[in-house]
Amino acid sequence: MTRTIHLSLDINGRRHELDVEPRVTLLDALREELALTGTKKGCDQGQCGACTCHVDGKRVLSCLTLAAQVEGRQITTIEGIAAENGDLHPVQAAFIENDAFQCGYCTPGQIMSAVACIREGHAGSDEEIREYMSGNLCRCGAYNSIVAAVREAAEAVR
Amino acid sequence: MRDFSYFRASSVDEARNAVLQAGGALLAGGTTLLDLAKCGVAEPATVVDITHLSGLGEINVDASSAVIGALARMGDVADHTQIRAAFPAVAESLSLAASAQLRNMATIGGNLLQRTRCPYFRDPATFPACNKRNPGSGCPAIGGVTRNHAVLGTSDACIATYPGDLAVALVAFDAFVDLGSRKVSVDDFFLLPGDTPDRETVLGRGEMIVGIGIPASAAARNSTYLKVRDRQSYEFAAASAAVGVELEADGKTVRDIRVALGGVATKPWRARAVEQALIGKALDVETVERASGLAMEGAVSHGGNRYKIELAPRVVARAILKMAQNVGGLA
Repeated sequence: MTRTIHLSLDINGRRHELDVEPRVTLLDALREELALTGTKKGCDQGQCGACTCHVDGKRVLSCLTLAAQVEGRQITTIEGIAAENGDLHPVQAAFIENDAFQCGYCTPGQIMSAVACIREGHAGSDEEIREYMSGNLCRCGAYNSIVAAVREAAEAVR
Repeated sequence: MRDFSYFRASSVDEARNAVLQAGGALLAGGTTLLDLAKCGVAEPATVVDITHLSGLGEINVDASSAVIGALARMGDVADHTQIRAAFPAVAESLSLAASAQLRNMATIGGNLLQRTRCPYFRDPATFPACNKRNPGSGCPAIGGVTRNHAVLGTSDACIATYPGDLAVALVAFDAFVDLGSRKVSVDDFFLLPGDTPDRETVLGRGEMIVGIGIPASAAARNSTYLKVRDRQSYEFAAASAAVGVELEADGKTVRDIRVALGGVATKPWRARAVEQALIGKALDVETVERASGLAMEGAVSHGGNRYKIELAPRVVARAILKMAQNVGGLA
């Protein structure tokens, strides 16, 4: 059995080289190997959305994605969405403006999901936002503010 | 999760050969395989990554059918304009399933092969016995907490519900699974548990789903997928129905009707008795409600799932009445 494999991953526009066991998920690779700890581990079973990242621009769950599987794809994490000069992404700004969190643990996943949700054109109404953000749980229950933030960011982007 | 070796396949044949090795498992979207590996249910020795194969993700719709590659993502099929127009029940079954993230990952082939959500099956550490995992070891669900277990198609060996939505819509419209060397109707593809609940499909060793096909029909064009569940989104069905209706030229007599159920059976469940009771009839509330009751012929309660026997026919009736109204055929 192969003990480790060598991977070259494109994360936030930078190339990262790493040697990992084949079973290592993208989530664990980000957090444990590359110190990109903005992506959070919640349930680690595809049920909470805290680990949401983008692969080739689409939101996915990094806990159910093998690191080996995304070689050659473009990966974006929460660390990669602000502007070069440090200006926050409009969704990040809207989350702060609307106080769309309490403990903050689900927030990176919420923001990554919201960025994609708006880009997909699925943020047209509160009802649509609630449906298309349902894969991101917030155990503090900040949902009303999260919906408000996504709505505001969608309007800002539009 | 136990470690495994990783192999990236560059052709379908290479993938088939690699999976024939002891303990090989195909990796597509990963949403079932990696989840079950973390639960300790799946213990592949080799994971064969097929996500880099080209040509298996296409969606082609013409006047006679839809042909969808095994690696097409759930989200892409759900949003596909022609699928939404010609097969609304199929598109809705996908958009009402899982979450946006999972729909971006999970593939059509993998979706069909998703495993049951039976909590006893998913927890080998607490419940070593499970006829699906270890044939002959027993079924802790029977006599256990059965709120989400099946009432149709069960056996003394297994009462686990088939959890998917897409396959329910597919079975309603006579879709088939393309295994490359042969095509199998979706109805025949899935097996009843019987004495061998470990065998869930007719997929043989070294076989792989390469796509699905759905024949176009007037009933498929006028169809819907109604899903009732404990919360409004991101939840498996308590009971669901895929329904399609075609009327005669008189605008009221049923020429063709398709009814299939999800969330209540051990496999995607075509309710032919309901269909037969309504062909040639005009659709009024009483006729539809009486016919919908036939969907539960042979249903068996295990206690906690008794509510499904009452719920499922109501879901079927609501879906049929909605489609009747949609074509102006509600008497």
